[in-house]
Amino acid sequence: MLVQDIMKTDVITLNATHTMADAMLLMKEKRIRHIPIVENGRLLGLVTDRDVKEASPSSISERLEPSLYETTLDKIMKTDLLIGHPRDFAEEAALMFYTYEIGCLPIVSNYELVGILTKTDLLYNYIELTGANQPSSHIQIRVPNFSGSLYEVAKIFRDNNTNVLSVLVYPYQDNEEYKILAVRIKRMNPLSIIESLKAQGFEVLWPSEPEMGV
Amino acid sequence: MKKQASFIFSPDQLNYEFSETHPFNQKRIVLTKDLLDIMNTIDPDEIVIPRTATDEELLLAHDAKYIEIVKKASKGEVSENIGSIYGIGTEDTPFFPGMHEASALLVGGTLTAIEEVMEGRSKYALNLGGGLHHGFQGKASGFCIYNDSSVAIKYLQQKYGARVLYVDTDAHHGDGVQWTFYDDPNVCTFSIHETGRYLFPGTGNVTERGNGAGYGTSFNFPVDAFTEDESFLHIYKTALREVAEYFKPDVILTQNGADAHYFDPLTHLYSTMKIYEEIPKLAKEIADEFCDGKWIAIGGGGYDIWRVVPRAWSHLWFTMKDIPTPTGRLPQEWLDKWQPESPVELIETWEDPDDMYEPVPRKNDINEKNEQMLSRALHVIRKTK
Repeated sequence: MLVQDIMKTDVITLNATHTMADAMLLMKEKRIRHIPIVENGRLLGLVTDRDVKEASPSSISERLEPSLYETTLDKIMKTDLLIGHPRDFAEEAALMFYTYEIGCLPIVSNYELVGILTKTDLLYNYIELTGANQPSSHIQIRVPNFSGSLYEVAKIFRDNNTNVLSVLVYPYQDNEEYKILAVRIKRMNPLSIIESLKAQGFEVLWPSEPEMGV
Repeated sequence: MKKQASFIFSPDQLNYEFSETHPFNQKRIVLTKDLLDIMNTIDPDEIVIPRTATDEELLLAHDAKYIEIVKKASKGEVSENIGSIYGIGTEDTPFFPGMHEASALLVGGTLTAIEEVMEGRSKYALNLGGGLHHGFQGKASGFCIYNDSSVAIKYLQQKYGARVLYVDTDAHHGDGVQWTFYDDPNVCTFSIHETGRYLFPGTGNVTERGNGAGYGTSFNFPVDAFTEDESFLHIYKTALREVAEYFKPDVILTQNGADAHYFDPLTHLYSTMKIYEEIPKLAKEIADEFCDGKWIAIGGGGYDIWRVVPRAWSHLWFTMKDIPTPTGRLPQEWLDKWQPESPVELIETWEDPDDMYEPVPRKNDINEKNEQMLSRALHVIRKTK
């Protein structure tokens, strides 16, 4: 999956000559926290809600300094930006967010700002990947950690004529001998599948009895 | 003279049958009606034959293309590949001959119930054949082909200009109805269900609150697996009262799936018959208080058709007719009649046995989580007070 598939393309921007007051109003109105600063489509910098707060007088201060709100954005914007490319992999972008602890990534191509990607967009993408936004049942299966386990499980879904929406593979506690398969299937009645899985010797961790402590 | 309640029924409602082994089995309507009949609680003039929904009515909540496919499938003219695009011909919702007619009759039954109440012939009305809350605009899902609630709510809006509160106590999230009215500020959907973490359909999170003009008129109360009566009822009672006070409906439509019970094979909640005594009582109270009594109740899920559904659904009728909640043994005639056919031993009393299940080890955790969920779900309306 590429960044261009999940980024927002209708980017809300301002120019360097706009003021802090403009930025604050826009952030409040559009409920956003990042505003790319552009000139003729080119990215010059980025103003975040934190930049605005840091440049604002304290809300508990007695002194009123209205002139501060007239400060133009070129004075407070960050210019040493990390940027992404529309054809970057979504995973690469996610790694940048994690490594550099950023909240937003402007996407640039041919020197022009073409999109924006925020933490929220990535999170929603993750929700979609898990299939949690479509009608489905969720089953967790503990499988031996060797080649072919997924095939054996998938065969049971095929034999039960069941469409799989997503499969996640993750570690089983600290035990290298097993993996957990978290599968979302397009079924309201998963009973026959759970029976077949158990009959083939797989451990179905969920749904299970309350004693399991899940 | 205005009747206290109407019981919508026809044996044709049993034509909605996927196969003999499918968990969705309308025989439960017959088992319930027979129990009520043996107790002499249904007067002949209270029984109303359901009509069928017209194509025009189905179009209120469904795509023309989808209806056309269901009609073809009804005559065996759709391949599995084509059907699966529309959610039919699948393991959950298989093809069956006459599926269009059978589905349209269930929708018609709910429309009949609505007409009984809205045209003043009856104070309350019950259609146990309805409650197919997973049906989508262009797609079948989770045993449901046409969504009788979605059609009926649109009908209530168009014909009677009513503001509708839809209350869904099925153990599965009422997704089809919620998404149909997600943008509509004049319909409030309320669903209490087992969390979608594992259970179908997976949606019904507290954060699903509606969209655009409809923001704030969609409420979800996902309770943890293994939730017991006390916590379930606390959430239901607190939430329904606050939501009704906030939304101020003209009419209440309740979906009464009976699959939150401990015995239900498809879900993981630990309710007993207690909740099915209480659920209709509050629904009626709220309808009397806010809607001049206008309350229509429909069926829904419920997959232990022998031990759970007949007893649970009877309480809807007792409540509508102001019949005191029965206690002790079920009528012997009913037990003798159905025990031979039942694959499980019937519960012989109205109440469930005290030792039905082992104590739940994480009970306090579960109740605490449910309590937190409740305050998150109601935060929006408590804030605006």
